[in-house]
Amino acid sequence: MISVDGNRHTPCDVPVEQSRKGAGMSGVRVLVGTRKGAFVLTSDGKRERWDVSGPLFAGWEIYHLTGSPADPGRLYASQSGGWFGQVIQRSDDGGTTWEPVGNQFTYDGVPGTHQWYDGTPHPWEFARVWHLEPSVTDPDLVYAGAEDAALFRSIDGGQSWRELPGLREHDSAPSWQPGAGGMCLHTIVVDPTDPARLHVAISAAGVFRSDDTGKTWRPTNRGLNSDGIPDSDADVGHCVHNLAMHPSRPDVLFMQKHWDVMRSDDAGESWHEVSGDLPTDFGFPIGVHAHEPDTVYVVPITSDSYHYPPDGKLRVYRSRTGGNEWEPLTKGLPQRDCYVNVLRDAMAVDSLDSCGVYFGTTGGQVYASADAGDSWAPIVRDLPAVLSVEVQTLK
Amino acid sequence: MNAAMNTTVIRVVLPTHLRTLAHVRGEVRLDVEGQATQRSVLDALEVRYPMLRGTMRDHVTQQRRAFVRFFACEQDLSHELPDAPLPDAVATGSEPFQVVGAMAGG
Repeated sequence: MISVDGNRHTPCDVPVEQSRKGAGMSGVRVLVGTRKGAFVLTSDGKRERWDVSGPLFAGWEIYHLTGSPADPGRLYASQSGGWFGQVIQRSDDGGTTWEPVGNQFTYDGVPGTHQWYDGTPHPWEFARVWHLEPSVTDPDLVYAGAEDAALFRSIDGGQSWRELPGLREHDSAPSWQPGAGGMCLHTIVVDPTDPARLHVAISAAGVFRSDDTGKTWRPTNRGLNSDGIPDSDADVGHCVHNLAMHPSRPDVLFMQKHWDVMRSDDAGESWHEVSGDLPTDFGFPIGVHAHEPDTVYVVPITSDSYHYPPDGKLRVYRSRTGGNEWEPLTKGLPQRDCYVNVLRDAMAVDSLDSCGVYFGTTGGQVYASADAGDSWAPIVRDLPAVLSVEVQTLK
Repeated sequence: MNAAMNTTVIRVVLPTHLRTLAHVRGEVRLDVEGQATQRSVLDALEVRYPMLRGTMRDHVTQQRRAFVRFFACEQDLSHELPDAPLPDAVATGSEPFQVVGAMAGG
């Protein structure tokens, strides 16, 4: 997932002015969640030489590992597995030490049902936390997006969690259906200028927006068109894969849908397609350059049944025009025999003067570009399948 | 059994992932009040190691997680009632109560 300093949609954890003073004065910490543990990759501002540490939480699935923009030492990890369920880990020293915090994610009241794959009602069942979104101002405030789809919030640094049930109690919720990966709330975007405004994305229900800190919600999917559902422009039911926002322009949202790259200029009230000249508009992550709000990144994937890049060539596509016109970025990326995927939370940006872009693959590679995507090099090649990548820009 | 305190020392063997999570090595020895049952052993375990709450049984329903098993004395006790007495060998501390990650789950 594209992020700015560990939080894809929010201001930097250190002011950009500070981080621009010089590469020698700053560094980056790349937080990588994989199928079998977490890894922390660190470098100075040049981003040429890397230290790789890990695995943390070895053997567990780390769906997300992220840092607080308000306190770069505060990290959160979603640790889960089929045997022993959900654990949330917290570090207060930048990942040197960790402690398990609260892991009780209980739906508020009687949770009711959503649709199962066969169309029958299915009780809401907590499976895991897909995504953690710390506040930009309060290191103890963090949101958690869960499967089955629900939004939880902690105001005590993850020690306890309360559901914001208005989302799951939306009138449309009994009709929500899981995508292939489960019915997950995977994306949480908080408006940095108005923390009461939240956008979330659910596979396969679509985007929902709250303007009252999560009490009430409404679907914001107007303009989406999905061939895979009976009513292609329905209010809900769209398989939205990821959202991205530049913190300086919170009314502009970018979306990678199952198919289609979309843009909204009115905080999700309406969407229009900006796939333009992409070779394929299927994909998972989408993100925005740290300093250029109209520079957007996607990783086109052949199709929903071929979860690998077209022609065996791993290419990031960049638009400098806010969509529609895209250029392939290939230098340093494998251009033959490459059949990996890049998952929705596995791309991020740093906020150094020359914006760094990072992504991880299902083949275990983490690639970095220190020049906004012009050239790439692997930081590490042989990790377990990468589920998430976040970046912290450090003083 | 300590008659005065009505407590029993129960030996518990945790699977690797839960030992790591709880920061323990080897067997755990627990003082269990009253009769040794699955419930009383797990209650004592979660009091001593609160980070294990929710990893073996559901926070609310207390149902065993699907891929967790409880073994002792070469028997699978997973389907016994939670308040059923554990075998004497476990209650007297001569055999451990084993929490096992089932051979499933990837």
